Amino acid sequence: MECLDLFLTFFRIGILTFGGGLTMLPMLKYELVETKKWISEERLLDCYAIGQCTPGIIAVNTATYVGYIKKGVIGGISATLGMISPSILIITIVAMFLNSFMNSPILLHALVGIRGAVCALMLNTVISLAKKSLISKQAIGICLVTLVLALFSPVPTICLIILAGIAGVILDRIQGGKSHE
Amino acid sequence: MNDALLLIWEFFKTGLFAIGGGPATIPFLINIANTYPWFSKPELMDMIAISESTPGPVGINMATYAGFKTLGPFGGIVSTLSLTLPSIVIIIIIAKFLEGFQENRTVKAIFGSIKPAVTALIAVAVLNIFEASLIYVENDVTKVRISSIILAIIIFLFLQWDKTKKLHPAIWFLSAAIVGIVLQL
Repeated sequence: MECLDLFLTFFRIGILTFGGGLTMLPMLKYELVETKKWISEERLLDCYAIGQCTPGIIAVNTATYVGYIKKGVIGGISATLGMISPSILIITIVAMFLNSFMNSPILLHALVGIRGAVCALMLNTVISLAKKSLISKQAIGICLVTLVLALFSPVPTICLIILAGIAGVILDRIQGGKSHE
Repeated sequence: MNDALLLIWEFFKTGLFAIGGGPATIPFLINIANTYPWFSKPELMDMIAISESTPGPVGINMATYAGFKTLGPFGGIVSTLSLTLPSIVIIIIIAKFLEGFQENRTVKAIFGSIKPAVTALIAVAVLNIFEASLIYVENDVTKVRISSIILAIIIFLFLQWDKTKKLHPAIWFLSAAIVGIVLQL
């Protein structure tokens, strides 16, 4: 039953999300943190971090991780199948009727509106994440350094995440583990 | 080798080596377009546009589309499952390992500092989404989509209001789509 619940929840997230793994975050937060209460918002961010520095589609990585936490290997597979099923169904249908679909002015107008909604939801999500993760001077410092490097240097995302992890361990050793107590 | 096996192999490779999500699979798809007669590069550009404007993760949508182009509906299912398989295996191994070390000091220190870093990366990505959604180029002149910005501000204000902030996010997508169609944005 729990596996069916995982499948259906991620199916809902998949079918209601436009864009990539990132624009899915408001939906993940609503379904997994607020409604189902399966994981905390902090834990969701952990899943996200792991999803970003491992190979594959971030949405799938996050689904597998959350599913695994809930119900082991079967849970991970159920959540992932739920996540990818809407795409398979919708894209297959769209690919069959491609031309009439792409040239529809109604679709273009709808997309302009949807883009505005995506911006608002993402801004809201990033504010909520900042409130949860920037809880110490050290965290704010790491966030600012990462922000500057991501905006103005060519260092790839995955390296920035790994560097942050290394910095965390070094700072923890210097402070003798006090920062997490 | 027949097309189905090649399709499985190519998308398995993509899933195993593309680090950074959907956009990271695009170089692999370009490579597939160059190597096999399955789809052309212009067709690939259409696939990217369609994958971004239909529900679901863009990376998965592109894989389904590319598979469909190659072998029809069956190809779409095969390519998507092949892309997903490496993720499932790798993530389950990592999750299994980390679940046993939740209280470990080093693991805590790593995640304690990865979280603010990821927040920064998400903020940068949000800026990119703003740029892609709100700014466009027409006849070599950069223009701002004022109507989308106004819509975004209105929805953002609703998201701060106690009575509406707990609504399902899809409600905002749906209402924005309706506003876009009605007002011919």
